[in-house]
Amino acid sequence: MTSEGRTTLASAPAVPSAQAVRYVFITGNPNCGKTTVFNALTGLRAKVGNYAGVTVERKEGPLLGVPKGRPVRVLDLPGTYSLTPHSLDEQIARDVLLGRLPELPPPSLIVVVVDASNLQRNLYYATQVIELGHPTVVALNMMDVAASLGLKVDAEKLAEQLGVPVIPVVASTGEGIPQLRVRILALLEKPEPPARRRFPVLPEALVQEAQKLAALLTWTFQERRVQAEAEALLLLSNEQALASGQTHYTPGVQQAVAAARKRLEEAGVDWRSVVIEARYRAVARIEAAAVARLWAPRETWSDRVDRIVTHRVWGTLIFLALMALMFQCIFVFARIPMEALQGAVDALGAWVGRTLPPGDLTSLLTDGVIAGVGAVVVFLPQILLLFLFLGFLEDTGYMARAAFLMDRLMSKVGLHGKSFIPLLSSFACAIPGIMATRTIENHRDRLVTILIAPLMSCSARLPVYTVLIAACIPRQKVFGVFELQGLTLMGLYLLGIVVALAVAWLFKKTLLKGEPPLLILELPPYRRPVLKVVLHHMWERSKVFLQRAGTVILAINILLWFLATYPRGSEAVAVIEKERGRLEQLLTAVEAGRAVTIPDLPSAPEAAAEYLRGRLAELENQEAAERLRYSFAGRLGHLIEPIIAPLGFDWKIGIGIITSFAAREVFVSTMSVVYNVGGQAGEEDEVGNLAQVMQAQRRPDGTALYTPRLGLSLMVFYVFALQCASTVAIVRRETNSWRWAVFQWCYLAVLAWTGSFLVWQVGGLLGWR
Amino acid sequence: MVETLPSLVSLPPGSCAVVAEIQLPPAEARRLMELGLVPGTPVEVVRYALLQDPVEIRVRGSCLSLPRQEAEAIRVRLSDGT
Repeated sequence: MTSEGRTTLASAPAVPSAQAVRYVFITGNPNCGKTTVFNALTGLRAKVGNYAGVTVERKEGPLLGVPKGRPVRVLDLPGTYSLTPHSLDEQIARDVLLGRLPELPPPSLIVVVVDASNLQRNLYYATQVIELGHPTVVALNMMDVAASLGLKVDAEKLAEQLGVPVIPVVASTGEGIPQLRVRILALLEKPEPPARRRFPVLPEALVQEAQKLAALLTWTFQERRVQAEAEALLLLSNEQALASGQTHYTPGVQQAVAAARKRLEEAGVDWRSVVIEARYRAVARIEAAAVARLWAPRETWSDRVDRIVTHRVWGTLIFLALMALMFQCIFVFARIPMEALQGAVDALGAWVGRTLPPGDLTSLLTDGVIAGVGAVVVFLPQILLLFLFLGFLEDTGYMARAAFLMDRLMSKVGLHGKSFIPLLSSFACAIPGIMATRTIENHRDRLVTILIAPLMSCSARLPVYTVLIAACIPRQKVFGVFELQGLTLMGLYLLGIVVALAVAWLFKKTLLKGEPPLLILELPPYRRPVLKVVLHHMWERSKVFLQRAGTVILAINILLWFLATYPRGSEAVAVIEKERGRLEQLLTAVEAGRAVTIPDLPSAPEAAAEYLRGRLAELENQEAAERLRYSFAGRLGHLIEPIIAPLGFDWKIGIGIITSFAAREVFVSTMSVVYNVGGQAGEEDEVGNLAQVMQAQRRPDGTALYTPRLGLSLMVFYVFALQCASTVAIVRRETNSWRWAVFQWCYLAVLAWTGSFLVWQVGGLLGWR
Repeated sequence: MVETLPSLVSLPPGSCAVVAEIQLPPAEARRLMELGLVPGTPVEVVRYALLQDPVEIRVRGSCLSLPRQEAEAIRVRLSDGT
């Protein structure tokens, strides 16, 4: 048996390195503690990536306690209920186990994690995996939970029934993990495929058809007969097995399957359900042989908690309170470290600016690199906090309850109950929100949630809204109680939400249409979260953000610095420089006490120096504005003016829109430069000053530029447009393709333009100013 | 005969019954069956969420949340023989 296993493994196609790195695959039902077993085996040194070309998370790490030079990789497969895939995640798990994924060798060892407290459904899957005939170990997890339910699971009897080793473990405390590790290593050194067996007792007609098909599969794929028989049964009993693997199975195989099913129907065998029913009967027999029930089931602690937590009224209130707390933490408390970080980065930039000689290199360092690094790390507090929260919600089992409560609401627009938390987080910042979509198993639901997340008005829009509302919306009361300015702000948030839901509904109807996913959700018993794991998880996620998104964000910031800095030296700048030189000379003269006579200059020396310093500061602002106008960014502003003119924007606003592609709040500092608003960027009254200067702006015909109509048009633009390089970077990372990132940017750009166009044009028709 | 079987969602929270039939397209019925809802399996309605949707059930020792539409399609026999 042993040699048979080896030779056939080596002869499997496209796996030259199968001998070099040995893979142990961990598989099992969702919520069976599979990841805890994985963490215990790898010591939290997992590397998280994606399977090639899909959004499914690939998690692997080295097996601890392995002799040097013979490394073993452990791969944590997505949780799955059966080898008949119903989602992309389950399909990946099945393809790995069948050795159908080109990027991985066929399994040298499979560890099936089985939840001892939920034995029947877990064994349904475990028996399917064992039938594949690869060397297999069963990790019988949650022995403690089973004991507390009055169940005495006899591992030896279970091993006898299943024909593979069964190691009882309590993964959360590490109990039994050393024994599991020893067994894994022993089986890797001396593989022992289980004896060929089929657990369900099937009608003779089906058995014969399966054998015929298995012969065809063995011949087609040149592989072991054991797996072929199990695979034949999967193919025969399920129409989706062929559909999802159509590229893999040759027309010959497909025809053979269709013909066999027809013959079975004629023989009166219901091939769809007969195997499932027979397998559950087999599982019930195995359970009866291996489990003794010491006392009758009674209401558990978890059930009692659930009576309140998922109660229609109390549960909803608890959920809202938890969300409010989480939102408060991300939105308000995270601001303190965020501002501190921003302050530190700004101070560093200022120090470098003072210390190094002025020039392009210094400018690149301060405005490009340091500001870019700042743009990355400033998100860190929010991301850390959110993942701390999510880690606790997920690991206690509360997340499933939250989804249970929100499911109806979200499914109205075709979203999953689990989309709620990522979308809520997006009000603070879309980046942690998008990263939080990983808890949504169905990849279509996840993609829709990612696509609409930036429509939730994030905290970076707040400065933009604030300055535009201050500049454009008059201070007046509506119905005597509400401030018009406040109502406008609320309207912008609501606009984002309503459009997001409409877009989600539209995408689910068109672009991401498919077999309607069955929103079945398991509500696992509550568990005590392990702090170490939660913290580790939080740090893993943040590291991914820093490494992968950080580099892109930094690069885009440097690009934008380049656009706003070059080319240098227009004539207007030269004139201003000359004037500055002259005034500086005059100032030195005045300060030295020499008499200077130019018009407008006060005669008293102090007043004269004061006047000259004021003029110099003014010129400095003018020069910065002139440089920006002359730069590529300024030219782009002119270039896009024809496109944005129908929205009511002029080319100066165009500059703001272009530079705020890095991040929305950059709009405020850019407009300060464009309009020569004095003072350092980031100063407290920057917004107030800018709003005043904006109100003074005039169109060429002399009318005010920043009217309520323009303000609304511009703010609607900011509600929709994906003006955030970091979001684009993280979407690219999370969807594992530029395609979705680009698509998202484009659809939001179209939405922004159309929205602003409607506001401006309809506003014009209605005679708004 | 089939029409006379009561639906799972006609049961009040906390009551038990036995799965008789799942009136759903094959793929969806298959998933429910793989989760343990094969005919003859005891099932308990644990609770209904806000607006009666989704429905939480307990089957073979685990709690599942099903959309009301799917739960409606599960036809049951009451344990007392009706």
